Amino acid sequence: MHTAIRVEGLGKRYYLRQREPYGTLRDVLVRAATLPGRLARGTARRGGADVLWALRDVGFDIRDGEVVGIVGRNGSGKSTLLKILSRITEPTTGHALVRGRVGSLLEVGTGFHPELSGRENVFVNGAILGMRRREILHHFDEIVAFAGVERFIDTPVKHYSSGMQMRLAFAVAAHLEPEILLVDEVLAVGDAEFQRKCLGKMKDVSLQGRTVLLVSHQMGQIRRLCETVIWLDQGRVRAAGAAAPTIRAYEAGNSDPLDPGVSGPCFRGWELSSGGHVLTDTSTPFTIRVHLDLTTPVSNGHFGLSILDGEDDSVVAGWAWDPLNLPAGSPIFEVRIPQLPLRPGMYRLSLALFDGGNNLTGGRLIEKWTAVQPLGLDVPPVAHPQTEWAGLLNVPARLAVAGSVPVERTWELAGVPDDTAVPQ
Amino acid sequence: MSPHTTTPTVDLPIHRIAPAIGWVPVRLGEIWEYRELLYFLVWREIKVRYKQTVLGVAWAVMQPFFTMVVFTIFFGKLARMPTDGIPYPVSVYCALLPWQLFAFSLTESSNSVVANQRLLTKVYFPRLIMPIAAVSVGLADSAISFVVLLLIMAYYGIAPGMAALTVPVWALFAVAAAIGVGLWLSALNVRYRDIRYTLPFLTQIWLFVTPVVYPSSMVPAAWRPFYALNPMVGVVDGFRWALVGGPSPQATIGVSALVVLILLTSGLFYFRRTERTFADIV
Repeated sequence: MHTAIRVEGLGKRYYLRQREPYGTLRDVLVRAATLPGRLARGTARRGGADVLWALRDVGFDIRDGEVVGIVGRNGSGKSTLLKILSRITEPTTGHALVRGRVGSLLEVGTGFHPELSGRENVFVNGAILGMRRREILHHFDEIVAFAGVERFIDTPVKHYSSGMQMRLAFAVAAHLEPEILLVDEVLAVGDAEFQRKCLGKMKDVSLQGRTVLLVSHQMGQIRRLCETVIWLDQGRVRAAGAAAPTIRAYEAGNSDPLDPGVSGPCFRGWELSSGGHVLTDTSTPFTIRVHLDLTTPVSNGHFGLSILDGEDDSVVAGWAWDPLNLPAGSPIFEVRIPQLPLRPGMYRLSLALFDGGNNLTGGRLIEKWTAVQPLGLDVPPVAHPQTEWAGLLNVPARLAVAGSVPVERTWELAGVPDDTAVPQ
Repeated sequence: MSPHTTTPTVDLPIHRIAPAIGWVPVRLGEIWEYRELLYFLVWREIKVRYKQTVLGVAWAVMQPFFTMVVFTIFFGKLARMPTDGIPYPVSVYCALLPWQLFAFSLTESSNSVVANQRLLTKVYFPRLIMPIAAVSVGLADSAISFVVLLLIMAYYGIAPGMAALTVPVWALFAVAAAIGVGLWLSALNVRYRDIRYTLPFLTQIWLFVTPVVYPSSMVPAAWRPFYALNPMVGVVDGFRWALVGGPSPQATIGVSALVVLILLTSGLFYFRRTERTFADIV
């Protein structure tokens, strides 16, 4: 077994300047002209440039054919790492050895030109992503079919909907066949159906024995696709190893306040008002108690809660619409939920707190937390004993088939008389 | 260990990613490796330019033509500029063609890196491709306005001789000069964003120190070697000589060619040295 990527002591330093990284020649000339004067006054030192190490002493090995997820908070160096491995930017220290052709999907649709037709853009975009003309020709029909834009392939893409553009762009990217594929969060495009198609394609890629590095904030995605996970924290490798335990550790450590420098508000934990974290009756009202530490007062605050399924997709979400005005301290939020007809299993709570408005009115997200403690639903499945394909909801439904051909299908909901059932 | 590895055990190339220190080799071979990308970028530029065929072509024809008309009226008729016996419109158009190729290519390649910043921060490719691809539209435009030049020459009853076969050489000379300067300016433009505002000024001044509206024979012979430090002097002289004869441009060409060579080489090295920070500051 070969090593596909070996990274040793990799570091990347950025200078944080007060203004933009680039200046103007005019400023340089003015500075040069006034240098004698400033030298005389002893103020000629360069403006203070703060140093930020986006990556620091990062090292790991990735085997051929391994699918590796990279997790970490915003600013932890994930994107910088991908940029270095795809040679967009150079490291400051250390080195990486990369075996084989590297394809990077840091953004889909790079180089799309609105005036050009879909067909023309497929070729230009393919070439930009590093495909040979031969390869593009070979995959052309597949790409167009994958994107589902056959009828519009000779129309300028400016007439495409944004969804169509994204689908076409991703279709090109999905047919890239490098030995190593670097992917940055691009799966967050399109509708659910298209995302599923993309995930399938990604799975194919890894089954063909290609090495994949995937950066994502969606733990569900990482869990589904990756065997190994590297957790980056403030530019360093905090943990690396098998996917499940590393993700668990990451999520547990992820409950720090968003702003690392300041000790801000912080969700501490939650429990059911009836005690514990397991619900045995989902058809009657219940209350979730959330504990919080506030170091500063919150005015016009907004609190939101979302229940996530095993794939980290939100199943139910809601906001407390009345603005919250809270002094510093340790308040307890009570969330009353009238019923939760979800299938039995483990769910997770995701909580958010905004200050000075909500997410739509310009409020500031001051804390976001996905609780480590799962919410267990211990109820009998009423729909069907097979939990695999029955969906998310746990509502009674009966499928009646009369005769040898299905002449009528009746969805019968609990407590609803038969005569109001909807025939199809 | 992953159980589903089917990668053939061929020896794949191993690439080492490490910080480069100081001056780095130019590696023109890598551009050859990426020739298909270069081809598609050029193709895209030209396709977009001439997508609305009528407007695209008309633009390429009108610009030098009307410049020629205005120059003919003011410099030819009113100022009675000498032309070594060639009709003034032909003389000035012969010079405008390589000049506009140069000026357009210079502007486009100087802006190329900043203009492609989205590409630059998302994908790797040899960065040199950007200023090189940027000159393609200028070449296409020139090919179109060359046809107009032949029509004007036919109108004045001037038939090009065998020397006309060297026209592509002069065109490449102009492009090389533009890329040489463009490499410097495109790299500087990333760091100093006011470079782009100095470009119109630069090309305007440059036009008047180039023998476009006047023949280079107006410049005293003793000054010619210094005059030819402007590489466009050699290009324009060569172009005129190739199409309408006149004095042999030997005196200026050697110096101009040397300057182009120096600009191009130093530009390549400077560009390569600074390109590693492009993605960080663009």
